[in-house]
Amino acid sequence: MDALILSRIQFGANISFHILFPTITIALGWLLLFFKLRFNATGDEKWMDAYRYWVKVFALTFALGVVSGITMSFQFGTNWPGFMEAVGNIAGPLLAYEILTAFFLEAVFLGIMLFGFSKVPNWLHTTATVLVAFGTTMSAFWILVLNSWMHTPAGFEMRDGVAHATDWLAIIFNPSMPYRLGHTLLASGLTVAFLVAGVSAFRLLIGDKGRSVRATFATGVGLAALLIPAQILMGDMHGLNTLEHQPQKVAAMEGNWETRSNVPLVLFAIPDEEARENKWAVTIPNGASLILKHSADGVVPGLNDFVAEDGTALHPPVAPVFFSFRIMVGIGFAMLALSWAATVMMVRKRRGVEGVPRLVLWAFLGMTFSGWVATLAGWYTTEIGRQPWLVDGILTTAQAVGDVAPGMVMSSLIGYLVVYAVLLVAYIGVIFYLARKASNRMNETLWAGLRGGVNNKTAEQAS
Amino acid sequence: MTFLGDPSVSLPIIFAVLLGVSILIYVVLDGFDLGVGLLSPLATDGHRDRMVASIGPFWDANETWLVLAVGLLLVAFPAAHGAILTALYLPVFVLLIGLILRGVAFEFRAKAPVDKKAAWDFAFFLGSLMAAVSQGFMLGLYIMGLQFTGVALAFAALTAAFLPVGYSFIGACWLIMKTSGELQAKALRWARKSLWGVGFGLLLISFATPMASLRIFDKWLSFPEAILLAPLPLLSLAILVLLWLALQRLPTRNDSWAWAPFAFATVLFFLAFCGLAYSFYPYVVPEQLTIYEAAAAPESLFIILVGACVVLPIILAYSALSFFVFRGKATELRYD
Ligand code: HDD
Ligand code: HEM
Ligand code: HEM
Repeated sequence: MDALILSRIQFGANISFHILFPTITIALGWLLLFFKLRFNATGDEKWMDAYRYWVKVFALTFALGVVSGITMSFQFGTNWPGFMEAVGNIAGPLLAYEILTAFFLEAVFLGIMLFGFSKVPNWLHTTATVLVAFGTTMSAFWILVLNSWMHTPAGFEMRDGVAHATDWLAIIFNPSMPYRLGHTLLASGLTVAFLVAGVSAFRLLIGDKGRSVRATFATGVGLAALLIPAQILMGDMHGLNTLEHQPQKVAAMEGNWETRSNVPLVLFAIPDEEARENKWAVTIPNGASLILKHSADGVVPGLNDFVAEDGTALHPPVAPVFFSFRIMVGIGFAMLALSWAATVMMVRKRRGVEGVPRLVLWAFLGMTFSGWVATLAGWYTTEIGRQPWLVDGILTTAQAVGDVAPGMVMSSLIGYLVVYAVLLVAYIGVIFYLARKASNRMNETLWAGLRGGVNNKTAEQAS
Repeated sequence: MTFLGDPSVSLPIIFAVLLGVSILIYVVLDGFDLGVGLLSPLATDGHRDRMVASIGPFWDANETWLVLAVGLLLVAFPAAHGAILTALYLPVFVLLIGLILRGVAFEFRAKAPVDKKAAWDFAFFLGSLMAAVSQGFMLGLYIMGLQFTGVALAFAALTAAFLPVGYSFIGACWLIMKTSGELQAKALRWARKSLWGVGFGLLLISFATPMASLRIFDKWLSFPEAILLAPLPLLSLAILVLLWLALQRLPTRNDSWAWAPFAFATVLFFLAFCGLAYSFYPYVVPEQLTIYEAAAAPESLFIILVGACVVLPIILAYSALSFFVFRGKATELRYD
């Protein structure tokens, strides 16, 4: 294997690992703020208990996000020196603004948010929580501006093979930015909603009778039910935007080979790039034309338009884009079904969490990390769908790669993969370990209270 | 941009200074928390919790200065960033794995089941060691002009051995300031021992740097410049003596002056850094690329400068707020 393919795998592995944690912290920061504000407003201890458990998860996740992010910022130089040399004049300021306006904000106030509860006045602690949540959202904003610009470059001119900025507003608000930002922030909200619902379902299943875990379960389910329709709508708009700017990517997502009208929607198939056709296709007639052009005889671009004279493909590899897109959309609809079903069960006859059968709780437990899978699948769709370009129409991935010995990249890649595997197992293990511990403590105080009424007050506060 | 004079001269200088300042702040701040990690195996279990508590609210912000330094190198001197980081590929990898292990060990040691705590404590130490050693190694190679000759590697091995000593020293000084009682007494002992290493390391680098390149040799030892430079080694020597005296007399009865070793150590790091910066100017990749050749387009640098002028003072202000909130002796880390 050469340095190019190894560097690509390594970059893909590193950013995939990194994105897992910001996806959680971005929305979890706001959710913690919600718990805290509920507590401030009602004085009900159940919100404080929720805060206490989830702030631990937040701290852990944040640490993983920071250290994997530091790895990211070195990658440009170690593996993709050509990237900054060609588009550094645009990527540079965007990254600099991310560091200055987001990283410092979240890093400094994180200390106060986590450990300052008893050291600073309540308003300052609440402010610190707001600033941390705001900081994580700003990180996402700047990095997604950069990433979107790489997909739909605007506001620049090329001089001697180097991009120079001409219009910063056009760079920041480039055509795909609003869609990508919106879709990714919603993805973060959904990932957290299912994480919270899944862990709470776990605690309900092991017999936690506390009021706090019921509150968090309902919060998670409600949030999911609220966000998922918005996400599906946003995803649709995102796809239409991509159709306009990167038609070859949409053709790969849809598995459509010929440009024509009345294109069916392919539910499942095995795309065969050699024969340039789909095998085992299950389709809905006119479906793709309807979704992408809003009419049954709309013309949808096909992959065969993107082949050079000599036969080399100018479109991305089809199968990975095609399958990851289906994984994401599949999870999206599973999320819709589960969250709405659970909401109906809770609202009907006003039975709340009692109305949710154990089987459904198991389903939520199974979907605890479904947001991660969908998020990664979405990113694979969009990033692999951009190949062979790194910056659309300006710089190919092959042009950007550094001159490093393949052996070195291979050893660092193996090193990263081992560390990441260990950390992922430890991370998931600790989340459930802490959940079990919190539930046990909760039940003990509850029992103590029920037994002799020794101290009913503490029992009430604890539950 | 006109008030900057010729922007293709003034902007690279401004960014070189910004880069230097953020590296210096990083070395001092992460230096003390890496140092605490390096010292952690020497402590008892209870003391170790206290040591981690003394850096808990700060380590993330400290490492952000590294992100800023790498970021500034990346955005202001893109060509240099590529050249330096591809040359240092493996040590950078060791550094990153080290930072990962250490950063997550912080969290895991407190949250994982009790029987796993010892393993995470070890990861905390190992990560700190990997980070400190690889930084020292990179420093040595950089001084030697990023050449991979036998002499350069030998020298890099020496700096790789001494930087952890330097970090342990500033870490011990931090602990003297942030702890009391038995742990503080231990920290004093650690500081006294590592001070010798620090003195020796400084001496070594001061002799080796002019040997590494004729240009630096001339810069240090030619006539009028040598007089300008003379205060640096003299001041450093004075600080070393002061440190030695302070460490003999501490702790005082009411714990006054506990801050002094850390403050002196910071000044010492600052002086050493000025020496290095003086030697390398105007090169950003030694003997290959000057800051003027490597700089990004002036318009882009200017956009960043505007942001930096607005935001950096704010960052400094809220960093100060955080040090103020967590002032005094370290207490147990609690979320509520
Ligand atoms: C919880 C996560 C999640 C869920 C449930 C969905 N997505 Fe998504 N999707 C993402 C998370 C995501 C993402 C990771 O955030 C991506 C990658 C880049 C981006 O902007 O968002 C993405 C990318 C992405 C793209 C590619 C954009 C491009 O071409 O660059 C399209 C067309 C869609 N999504 C469409 C959908 C549709 C129609 C969904 C309906 C079920 C859907 N997504 C659910
Ligand atoms: C956050 C979620 C992201 C994920 C999961 C992700 C995933 C990937 C993957 C799998 C590739 C490899 C594509 C291929 O080689 O076929 C890739 C390429 C790349 N992505 Fe992303 N990406 C993400 C976000 C970003 C962002 C925000 C940026 C820029 C700021 C970015 C910049 C790049 C670059 C520079 C490459 C080039 C390497 C390559 O094409 O192999 N990515 N990404
Ligand atoms: C090439 C792409 C990327 C680079 C170079 C990068 C770099 C970094 C760095 C250096 C940090 C640590 C900051 C600190 O010290 O506090 C970080 C953290 C963070 N990054 Fe990334 N990042 C990238 C992609 C992304 C993406 C795609 C997202 C989200 C959509 C994201 C969101 C965040 C957030 C929210 C944090 C804060 C830490 C946390 O929440 O866990 N980053 N990133």
